[in-house]
Amino acid sequence: MDKPLLSVRNLTIDIPVGGGTLHAVRGIDFDLNRGETLCIVGESGSGKSLTSLALMGLLGKNIRRSADRMDFDGTDLITAGPRKMRALRGGRISMIFQEPMTSLNPAYTIGDQLTEALLLHRKVGREAARARAVELLEKVGITAAESRLSQYPHQLSGGLRQRVMIAMALMCEPELIIADEPTTALDVTIQAQILRLLYDLGREMNMAMILITHDLGVVARVADKVAVMYAGELVETGSAQEVFGAPAHPYTRGLLRCIPLPGKTERGSELGTIPGIVPSLIGDVEGCAFRTRCPHALPECRAEIPRRGAGEHLFRCVHPDGAVSAEDVPA
Amino acid sequence: MALTESTDPLLQEITGPTPGQMLRKRVFGHQGLLFGGIVLGILLLVAIFAPLLAPHDPYAQSLMTRMEPPVFLGGTWEHPLGTDHLGRDYLSRLIYGARVSLMIGVIAALISGVIGTAMGVAAGYFGGRVDMVVTFLINVRLAMPVVLVALAVVAILGGSLQVVIVVLGLLLWDRFAVVMRASTLQVRGREYVAAARAIGASTPRVILSEIMPNIANNLIVVVTLEMAHAILLEAALSFLGLGVQPPTPSWGLMVSEGKNMMLFEPWLVLIPGAVLFLLVLAINLMGDGLRDVTAPDNRS
Amino acid sequence: MSQQKQNAVLELRNVTKTYRVKQGLFGKARPLTAVNDVSLSLPRGEVLGLVGESGCGKSTLAKILLGLEMPSSGQVLVDGQEIGAQDRLSLARRIQPIFQDPYSSLNPRKSIFDIVSLPLRVHGVGQQADWDREVRKILDIVGLPARVMNTYPSQMSGGQRQRVAIARALIMKPEIVICDEPTSALDVSVQSQILNLLGDLRREFGLTYLFISHDLAVVEHLATRVAVMYLGRIVEEADVAGLFDAARHPYTQALLKSVLTPEPGLGVPDTQLGMAYPNPIDPPSGCHFHPRCPMMTEHCRKVAPRSLPTPQGRVECHLFDPESPMTKAEVA
Repeated sequence: MDKPLLSVRNLTIDIPVGGGTLHAVRGIDFDLNRGETLCIVGESGSGKSLTSLALMGLLGKNIRRSADRMDFDGTDLITAGPRKMRALRGGRISMIFQEPMTSLNPAYTIGDQLTEALLLHRKVGREAARARAVELLEKVGITAAESRLSQYPHQLSGGLRQRVMIAMALMCEPELIIADEPTTALDVTIQAQILRLLYDLGREMNMAMILITHDLGVVARVADKVAVMYAGELVETGSAQEVFGAPAHPYTRGLLRCIPLPGKTERGSELGTIPGIVPSLIGDVEGCAFRTRCPHALPECRAEIPRRGAGEHLFRCVHPDGAVSAEDVPA
Repeated sequence: MALTESTDPLLQEITGPTPGQMLRKRVFGHQGLLFGGIVLGILLLVAIFAPLLAPHDPYAQSLMTRMEPPVFLGGTWEHPLGTDHLGRDYLSRLIYGARVSLMIGVIAALISGVIGTAMGVAAGYFGGRVDMVVTFLINVRLAMPVVLVALAVVAILGGSLQVVIVVLGLLLWDRFAVVMRASTLQVRGREYVAAARAIGASTPRVILSEIMPNIANNLIVVVTLEMAHAILLEAALSFLGLGVQPPTPSWGLMVSEGKNMMLFEPWLVLIPGAVLFLLVLAINLMGDGLRDVTAPDNRS
Repeated sequence: MSQQKQNAVLELRNVTKTYRVKQGLFGKARPLTAVNDVSLSLPRGEVLGLVGESGCGKSTLAKILLGLEMPSSGQVLVDGQEIGAQDRLSLARRIQPIFQDPYSSLNPRKSIFDIVSLPLRVHGVGQQADWDREVRKILDIVGLPARVMNTYPSQMSGGQRQRVAIARALIMKPEIVICDEPTSALDVSVQSQILNLLGDLRREFGLTYLFISHDLAVVEHLATRVAVMYLGRIVEEADVAGLFDAARHPYTQALLKSVLTPEPGLGVPDTQLGMAYPNPIDPPSGCHFHPRCPMMTEHCRKVAPRSLPTPQGRVECHLFDPESPMTKAEVA
């Protein structure tokens, strides 16, 4: 097998706050191969967005990042200076944000913003850049692409703006796209279209993608690999088939029971819940962070939690098979 | 009734500070606000207790002891800050002058605050025609040069403390109206306003108890700005002889009276000028501080 | 399941709401029909799910029902009485809202007690001591301990805030609750708690819900009837089985197709909807849905479809009109 495109080991993010240190991300590992889609799924406060910002070197000044290894195709992202990172961003790595309106500059036309990155990172002329912009706008399904170039962001609908963002992210033919909740602000119909587009383009251009979302439905449909994040840790990782087909960690299983499944969940029946809230990550965090909400918690959960599982499908739990045998009803 | 688990562990987690506690913490961590507040507090006490603090009658003239220098320029402790061209005790006049300045600042800001807030909130809340009328009035007001209008009015009506206060109060409402209109527009779209209306709350109730508490921080900041503004304008008017009339002790008037002797006895101008500067600085620091500590909507 | 019209607790008859929208600084004001000739009837104790894309008029409809907006024409009847004929207080006793964003729906300057007791104070029900008792009671019902009364919204999590909003809506024991995307701002694990709570409260107090949501899985789970809205019109309405198991309108089918369930290996569906949601100021001619419809014909472009009864409800589409000249063979 090839060397992975992106390899991260023991990524840790600490944020100094008034009462101590917030351990927002606590030692996460993952690998991503070319052409693969990794979905990091978690609820608010799980640290999933910080993880993506850390990869791009876009964390705030007071936030501390450390890792044993952050390797992007031979480039060490830990030691890379601001200049090197800038060259990577928008060149070989692109990012798509949740709110296209805030990521597009309202003062510049779509065309200016689309061609900017290309003119900056590649030695191409204006004409070639514009031609590429038109080509990509057509590819993301925008009609009358030529005339859109002279429009301003506010003249486009939310769905169109998100498409422009995607086109912009693709301008330099990146090898890795990091998309943070790219469809959360959109209607379901548009969401399906955008995801389909991202998925198809990823295949076509052999791009790797990290998709950060809270929506398990999105994850199940587009992910090759899934990483379930809880309170700054990856509690379960594996292929989409493994994680959704045979979830092991009690949190993953609990989350899946929370959403009604059309055709499976009885209409009007009681949905599963996960009582409690994410614990505070300020100060030392010991053992399993999920134990305060876990129906299968044991005294041992306060100690170091072993990593279990086989092959790609890994999870952290004191129980040898997670919550599988404890919960007779399959999720 | 097996509705929901009231023993839910999430409910043990309500431990964060109340908005009041957070505000207190921020106030005591803000140096500018503390400095401004302390200086303003002292000046306020001085103004209130002027009769007790002033060593002399501020109106008592003594032609025998004119233009005595302050102690630090070789004067006597009888008149710590010396005497003016009519032999009146400068310290006493300064202390009584604080009353005039603060009174003008507070009352003018109050009058303009009531006018401007009423207009701004009405415009922001009701929108439509009301908004059009208010916006037009604001524009008209902004097109008038305050100092010139005040000068003209005072020149016609004659200068006196009351006239200056009323004129300034009627002229300085523009910023209140602009800021309150914008703040109201922002808050009236919040869902808690819709919720209160859906509950059946009357319009005055919605404005007073749902909107006002959430725009009060902006109001306080404008109040401080306009207080400072009014105090400076009074000083300017008095300096030009069209504000507070002699022999009332006003800092602006003191600067004006001292200006003829400025080259020989610069302290006559510098002392009232310095306290005026200190007062306005303190008010502005406090306004900035209040904006800083109340601005973040303490959302997590 | 077909309920009789006479026990409809909420009824809309041909409700239309038109705004005048100015385009640009000197543009002429043009009419925007946000709600277009909507008739609905909501029997007591049912949950009517209202689904549609943003801009389809569902929020305007909610505002009309809450008395926050007046319809331009048509009637809204609550318990058989027209909304306009009732004073605002008595309407407020009957219909209460739960909004989407629990961060914006609670006044940050008020304590939880103040927020929840506001309806009692506005309606002049009882004294201070009664308010205290009532607030404790309703907080317990929504699953919050009484000691939260002295806390402020900023000290609570999203789920707790939404519980407070529910307590405020229910303290006057309304008959109808308008839930406008009540869980879309919440985390998945909290969302299910709130949905369970809403279901329990409905059974306990016999509440009637209008449940507005873009999440079709949630609507399917909670609703007993569903109405699909497109550009201000109800294009299909049916009981929940009729809509989710046998959707008729092409738009409903597209919406159902776009639901992403957490089932791996199915890929992302192709909704076959064109991209753009039309500008409501310039609605397409004929059937408003025709530019995005995979089944569109020449007839759809010219003639607006009429409302046709179906076994489970009704639908507005030429495909189901026996009198329309259109046949499936002509499909473009």
